[in-house]
Amino acid sequence: MQVRPMRACLTGMGLLLAACALAGAAAAAEPAAEGGEGAVVNWQAWKAGNDVAYIPSLQRGAANFVNYCSGCHSLKYVRWSRLGTDLQIPDKVLREQLLPADAKATDYIVASFPKADAENWFGKQPPDLSLEASLRGVDWIYRFLKGFYVDPTRPTGTNNLALEGAAMPAVLSSLEGVKAAVFADSAAGTTGKVVKHFETVSPGRLTPAEYDTFVRDTVNFLDYVSDQSQVERRSIGLWVVLFLLVFTAFAWLLKKEYWKDVH
Amino acid sequence: MATSDDTLPVRTGFLAWLNKRLPVDAFIRDQLTGYFAPKNFNFWYFFGVLSLVALVIQLVTGIFLTMHYKVGDTTAFDSVQYIMREVPYGWLLRYMHSTGASAFFIVVYLHMFRAFLYGSYKAPRELLWLFGMMVYLALMAEAFMGYVLPWGNMSFWGAQVIVNLFGTIPVIGPGLVEWIRGDYGIADATLNRFFSLHVVAVPLVLLLLVALHLVALRQNGSNNPDGIEIKEKKGPDGRPLDGIPFHPYYTLKDLVGVGVFLVGFAIVVFFVPTFGGLFLEAPNYEPANPLSTPDEITPVWYFTPYYAILRAVPDQRMGALLMALSIVCFIVLPWLDRSPVKSSRYRPLTWKLALAIFVVSFIGLGYLGLQKPEGVYVVLARLFTVLYFAFFVLMPFYTRGESTSRVPGRVTFSSH
Repeated sequence: MQVRPMRACLTGMGLLLAACALAGAAAAAEPAAEGGEGAVVNWQAWKAGNDVAYIPSLQRGAANFVNYCSGCHSLKYVRWSRLGTDLQIPDKVLREQLLPADAKATDYIVASFPKADAENWFGKQPPDLSLEASLRGVDWIYRFLKGFYVDPTRPTGTNNLALEGAAMPAVLSSLEGVKAAVFADSAAGTTGKVVKHFETVSPGRLTPAEYDTFVRDTVNFLDYVSDQSQVERRSIGLWVVLFLLVFTAFAWLLKKEYWKDVH
Repeated sequence: MATSDDTLPVRTGFLAWLNKRLPVDAFIRDQLTGYFAPKNFNFWYFFGVLSLVALVIQLVTGIFLTMHYKVGDTTAFDSVQYIMREVPYGWLLRYMHSTGASAFFIVVYLHMFRAFLYGSYKAPRELLWLFGMMVYLALMAEAFMGYVLPWGNMSFWGAQVIVNLFGTIPVIGPGLVEWIRGDYGIADATLNRFFSLHVVAVPLVLLLLVALHLVALRQNGSNNPDGIEIKEKKGPDGRPLDGIPFHPYYTLKDLVGVGVFLVGFAIVVFFVPTFGGLFLEAPNYEPANPLSTPDEITPVWYFTPYYAILRAVPDQRMGALLMALSIVCFIVLPWLDRSPVKSSRYRPLTWKLALAIFVVSFIGLGYLGLQKPEGVYVVLARLFTVLYFAFFVLMPFYTRGESTSRVPGRVTFSSH
């Protein structure tokens, strides 16, 4: 297939775009972190700003998923081998670092979490994430993964801005740290909460910028997973549209030639 | 115009053998090279052929999708993901089919608007219009049942809402709903019969109706932007003075239109296949779940004008009745419009205003059908519903004795 150069080109562009997106996100995050008098954290406007054509980010996202998500969440429509091909992960790395011990490369990515335990512990089964990015949107996942805050009234000890009463515990708190949200009084305890600012209860292993990249990569991976052909689709699409434009131009010239006779 | 000769070419060998047994040359002469169409077709005359293109796209992609799709409430959703991820170019087939459905309705709506604009439904083309309306009804049935097949959550709840509408029919309603579903709820039995209807029964009906639509079209020939019958002005050679052979002139012109259409089509298929949730809705990325209703049940955009009418009425039975009537209105259109003149070009401001109000109402209702019915939207939906029906119901009155301007004897055409 003749899409390789195009893909490389897209990857290059993706790199630039990702850099821009990161810079932009960092700039956007700053005022929120400072949160002066009257200022609020506009978390509803947080954007994932990910780029599915940027392979290194997808590779990191895949690693994040395997390390932090796949214990509970499946990607039941995705085969490990396809992941390896699409994300340019060498077979050896795939086998040694990503694949569960008893899995074949052609297996689907299925969590080993027993259903009964899940329902006992969380009241529901963790959802399959194959289509999460299409169902909820990448921005929603980004807000969700960055939206955990301390809430002693919840059985998990945490709650989530994007999903009130989330059953999922803050499993990434070892990376992000634990944060409390200071709400504007009027809206306290209601959905669509107005957050004045966050307070760090205990720091995590990653800096805020590192955690942001972590989340962005993970979201990016889920975006890829939700529609695995999208990068190929866009690169083929470019040629299809170009061909059709040329075809239409010639058809128009031919039509013009014939219609000269019509008076 | 050598190609438009009335005499058939002299054939030898295989072609002579063939034409003795099958009227190939005669067909080409009668339907293409010797068939005269008005030379003043404009932009609005592309949408007939584009509807055919959309039909072919749907048929061909549909055949290949059927090879991989697995009907059944436990297999349908998974098989669509299998098509998207593991069937070579399955994603292309599926996105072409889903985009094709919306594209089909876009071109059909524009095709219908053309008929309003130039009075194409008027005598002697009432049957042509009726067959067209039957195609439209079959298309709606086809689209609705196709929408259920991926067995997403909105598929399920959409089917629930639409099928329940039949339950509002007095006496037979509840039994009818059960008969349609084949179960006490939307279930595996419903999905199976919808599959059968979607891939066999309705396409057969569609093809038959499209054929009848074309035969009826050829009987009197196309109308045109001036609304003049070109057959009434013939030259000494017996050919319409304002007509040109369909082939090569309109085959080539249509080819350009098809090219432009395909560019737009490809842009959607390859770059924005979900079209911001309008062509493929987010709730359908979750399998059908009878226990979890989507926040807002809305049909796909092409049904939303009717859905808005349904919701505009507080009483569900009345709403369903009005919704059915809103489609019936189209069918009786040729008998509501009393103006002797076909084309809007030569009709008075009252007609143009009425048509504009109708178009705004239809699009307005389409928009409102996608929104939550609350606040000012409810008021607007009711207003547009009233205007929608007023356009049809009052038509015999505001079109009778219209002060039309003089219709020219020959079509308006400037060669380029």
